[in-house]
Amino acid sequence: MALLTVENLHVSYGGVTAVRGLSLSVNEGEVVSILGPNGAGKSSTLAVIAGGVAPRAGRVTYAGQDITGGRAEEIARSGISLVPEGRHVFATLTVEENLAVGTYMHKGKADIAGVLERFPRLKERRDFPAGRLSGGEQQMLVIARAMLAKPKLMLVDEPSLGLAPLIIDQVYDILLDLRRQGMSLLIVEQSTSRILKHADRIYVLRGGAVQLEDTAANLRDGEAIKRAYFGFDEGAA
Amino acid sequence: MISLIQNLIDALSLGSLYALVALGIGLLFGILRLINLAHGDFITVGAYALIVPSTEAVAQLAIGGFHPILLLPSIALIVVILALLTDALVFRPLRRAAQPSLMIASFAVSYIIQNGLILIYGARPKNLNLWPALTGQIALGELRLPTLQIVTIVTTLVLMIGLALFLKRTSYGVQMRAAAEDFRMARYLGVRGNLVIGMAFAISGVLAAVVSLLFLSQTGSLETGLGVPLALFGLVAVVIGGMGSLVGAVVGGFLVGAIVTLLQAYLPVEMRSFRDAFAFAFVIVILLWRPSGLIRAKAFDQRV
Ligand SMILES: Nc1ncnc2c1ncn2[C@@H]1O[C@H](COP(=O)(O)OP(=O)(O)OP(=O)(O)O)[C@@H](O)[C@H]1O
Ligand SMILES: [Mg+2]
Repeated sequence: MALLTVENLHVSYGGVTAVRGLSLSVNEGEVVSILGPNGAGKSSTLAVIAGGVAPRAGRVTYAGQDITGGRAEEIARSGISLVPEGRHVFATLTVEENLAVGTYMHKGKADIAGVLERFPRLKERRDFPAGRLSGGEQQMLVIARAMLAKPKLMLVDEPSLGLAPLIIDQVYDILLDLRRQGMSLLIVEQSTSRILKHADRIYVLRGGAVQLEDTAANLRDGEAIKRAYFGFDEGAA
Repeated sequence: MISLIQNLIDALSLGSLYALVALGIGLLFGILRLINLAHGDFITVGAYALIVPSTEAVAQLAIGGFHPILLLPSIALIVVILALLTDALVFRPLRRAAQPSLMIASFAVSYIIQNGLILIYGARPKNLNLWPALTGQIALGELRLPTLQIVTIVTTLVLMIGLALFLKRTSYGVQMRAAAEDFRMARYLGVRGNLVIGMAFAISGVLAAVVSLLFLSQTGSLETGLGVPLALFGLVAVVIGGMGSLVGAVVGGFLVGAIVTLLQAYLPVEMRSFRDAFAFAFVIVILLWRPSGLIRAKAFDQRV
């Protein structure tokens, strides 16, 4: 059953059109990935789902409810967590306070200590201001914080951006762990290889529209993705 | 020595008032990026709320006649309601507006409040002697400390400690700090934006109400523009302290208080009427030395 469906989404900022006629869905327990070059409209799509940006047209349905244009805080409370691009830690709050912000919607009833067990680096630095953490630690922190919000669906925007390969592996280990616990994931990425390994289904976005949509298994050799990604004409290639 | 200590007490008590005003302005700036020029008029309303609404020249105590235990919460409640109404009617519809538009809107609110007060209470200043008991002095050996100044300093300390504990120790305080740093991210984590903003307006209102009472006890005179210079000095304190830092607002408030007091005490008599010009010259020097204020808002102190 589809947990999330996006139908015929249009997003524009003033005169700039970022998304034109995009549709996608995420089923329960699925890991779906959106690939695409810079400016394809990936972050805009996630922002609309999470209630940060109002769409010009289209519909977002989550767990059977129309949530199009809803308030970000209410969408978060209904079980969707966005981990936006570029590590939005609250820099002057300590690591522990950052984590606590994710728990208040559950009246603070969340297992911060338990989550910290899985992030030893964060545990050591729990009283540090989050702004002092390294890039990789900050990425861990925003994912841990989103986990504490106990979402059914996590939207993750370019989790590997600017991280060393070893750290990226750790980030994906955690994401796959979440999936094993039954969470659904919609992951935006620019690099193909890791996604081919971990996602169930893939959408390739360019120019604000879906160019290609298939299971990861069918796209394994990467050729079709490359063509859709760079916009080579299929016949000529 | 004695005069030095007395100057110090003067500086601390004036600085306390400015610090309280700066906190009220800084809190809203932190969360909404709003420079609330109407904050001074919240203070004015708190003072006028003490008397019977009438245009007569002689002020008649209304709430002002209550026992302090009742008086303080009543005035605080009135100013908080005013602050929340201002948010609901003016700033909430402007949530997506640019920062200069917000400032202009607050300017409009300031004028509307002042003209409303003139309409209800008349334009002439009125004398009001609130709490005459506070005009006495506490003697400590040879030292005579004005009771009102001690009360001002202690009240300010209590409020600042209370606010710090609220921001540090309560879930709402942590949510406010998170929202002040990254409002959109806080909402993505379920923090209710309008609730957090409403709390900031309410706290700002309580701070304004306390300043009303302390300031009025000092001057003994009501006029419809009484809060305007306070808001101006408070805003200056916020700017030299470092926009976006509450610690900076407090430091800035005490610094402005110290500068004004020292100038008042040590400027040659014939130059004292230019005191504020000298004070602002100091402010410009501080800003030339530290263009973004004394305390850098730590949000910018991020690792790259
Ligand atoms: N707040 C905004 N105001 C104006 N234009 C915007 C805004 N956000 C995005 N855009 C524009 O919308 C288009 C799509 O942007 P978006 O961030 O969704 O792309 P993206 O696929 O996430 O790109 P990237 O891989 O670089 O993160 C771009 O042309 C961008 O310039
Ligand atoms: Mg993006």
